[in-house]
Amino acid sequence: MPEKTYLQAISDGLRQEMRRDQRVFVLGEDVGVYGGAFKVTLGFQEEFGPWRVIDMPLSETAIVAGATGCALMGLRPVAEMQFADFVSCAWDHLVTVAAKQRYRAGTPIPIVLRLPSGGGFSGGPFHSQNPESTFAHIPGLKIVCPATPEDAKGLLVSAIEDPNPVLFFEHKHLYRRIKGEVPDERYATPLGKARVHRPGDDVTVVTWGAMVYTAQSAAEKLEADGVSVEVLDLRTLIPWDREAVLASARRTSKVLVLHEDTKTGGFGAEIAATIAEEAFEHLDGPVRRIAAPDAPVPFSPPLEKAYIPQVDDVVAGLRALAAY
Amino acid sequence: MAVREAEPVGSLQEVKDAGLDREDLLGIYRNMLITRGVEERGHILYKQGKIPGSFYTGRGNEASAVGVATAMGADDVGCPLQRDMGVHITRGVEPWRIFAQYMGRVDGPTHGRDGNVHLGDANLGLHAMVSHLPAMLPVAVGMGLAFRIREERRVAVAWCGEGASARGDAHEGMNLAGVRRLPVVFVIDNNQWAYSTPTYLEYAVEHLADRAAAYGFDGVVVDGTDVLAVYREARRAIEKAREGGGPTLIESLTLRMEGHAVHDDAFYVPREMFEEWARRDPIERYRTWLRDNASMSDDEEDEITAGVKRLLHESIERAEASPLPDPATLLDGVFAEQDELETPHHK
Repeated sequence: MPEKTYLQAISDGLRQEMRRDQRVFVLGEDVGVYGGAFKVTLGFQEEFGPWRVIDMPLSETAIVAGATGCALMGLRPVAEMQFADFVSCAWDHLVTVAAKQRYRAGTPIPIVLRLPSGGGFSGGPFHSQNPESTFAHIPGLKIVCPATPEDAKGLLVSAIEDPNPVLFFEHKHLYRRIKGEVPDERYATPLGKARVHRPGDDVTVVTWGAMVYTAQSAAEKLEADGVSVEVLDLRTLIPWDREAVLASARRTSKVLVLHEDTKTGGFGAEIAATIAEEAFEHLDGPVRRIAAPDAPVPFSPPLEKAYIPQVDDVVAGLRALAAY
Repeated sequence: MAVREAEPVGSLQEVKDAGLDREDLLGIYRNMLITRGVEERGHILYKQGKIPGSFYTGRGNEASAVGVATAMGADDVGCPLQRDMGVHITRGVEPWRIFAQYMGRVDGPTHGRDGNVHLGDANLGLHAMVSHLPAMLPVAVGMGLAFRIREERRVAVAWCGEGASARGDAHEGMNLAGVRRLPVVFVIDNNQWAYSTPTYLEYAVEHLADRAAAYGFDGVVVDGTDVLAVYREARRAIEKAREGGGPTLIESLTLRMEGHAVHDDAFYVPREMFEEWARRDPIERYRTWLRDNASMSDDEEDEITAGVKRLLHESIERAEASPLPDPATLLDGVFAEQDELETPHHK
């Protein structure tokens, strides 16, 4: 199997779907000749032409609303936000129109919104956010947060196939740093199924996106202490794999939820509350959360490092939990 | 691309040249009567407590809505807003289903999921509005984009009011349509009051249609109480868009003859303004034209009026017979299933 970066995997999955299904097309800012801010669609316009790789004006509302209109007419748009942060400009359209359209009007909206998210590169308060929990609260939207190249491709295929609006959070920090084996052939990774990134018996870390790797490094350090840590990669937040999380919680009896988004109202709170409701009697300690503090993402490297959960933070959290 | 003020429509011959035969003309009259009738009856049902929520009417806008919808082709699509009941009627949404919608019954187009005039029927090319006006305007532009991508000879009509035209959604939609010369017709129903806000506090250009120049397409102002003039301008714009000529912005000037919704008595509108526009009532105006120019007889008129009355009566009865939704279905359809994408409008 060929090794690909996370970015190549997304690019390959998208190209494959566009070749397979004439209804699939992309739209966004600078996605054409330039290939998108991160070059996911580089070369696409040459292959598919300017009406399937559509350069849009700087108009997030028009991008999301336009994709919605195209979806209503039977197309399968994949829209790119240059940065996930900018989806705020199109919030109304996602939440007011796309999310509610099936429920109230009976018409499905099969759109995918690609959202380069996450920090770690001094992008500052407007280029580094992980706004997934904002949308997890809106019924009608699906939320995907792949961590590996293989998942990035397979989940993108599922997102494009899905008849609902899907927010596809691509972590920018993983784009070119993470490589992995990615099958060349087409495959779809189902939404709503977690993946055991690293099996373990004593403590469970539930996480997703770039934090999967932070959890993995922390788990490796705990191994020296004789603590076996399971890293469960949620892969999708809506729908999320409650059964896998609860099963792991019941088995290890201790759970740490880790995410890069801010803590208050973050998706980790939903997971912790669900474990408390459904598996309380199986727990040998409190469900702990490690997340970013409730602040905008800062620019300066030491501040950003203090903001994004680090391996040492997770190690400390796991040790405390293991000793509880 | 200076804005053009449309001339009123004169003779029967002129109308025939614009593509309407006598039967069409009487059909337009009937649709306008049904439009007003649905809203008048709905208002009564609301006061009787049979319609929950609120109730919005478009009295004064019947000519504008029916005129534009009459000009649309069968495969064209649109996103009408809350004063555009005439669009639904003209496209064939049955009044009993509209009453069922108002009453929150299962046979309404949204099956009780949404209320009042937030309705559409994808099979009739109409897509339901949302309250955040004009959020559906850039969605309609997206429909035009889909037609352009697939090179289909179809046109999308995007409606909004003069108040809604102030929002960024209108700008982004119109700009995109202009840049890509998409087959979209924008209709601004300028009914002169955005809730209680008059036009001079809403925009600083002389005509809203002036804005079209900023997006690189044509604008036209039409008297929205003249159904045939509206029809003619809409048809021109739709056919131009169909032929690849790009968008047009039609500003249709009317007066909202009632409050923003039934709870609003419109005390802020000068009485003389209502009196002036009452003399230009679009239905009365068209009735006179039909009698003077198309020799509509007393018998014909009586037959149409009686037919509309009967239709409304039967429609209300049928709507009232429709059940209220089962609470057990509350969570159905939050997410679409895979096979729903094989519906006709999705192919």
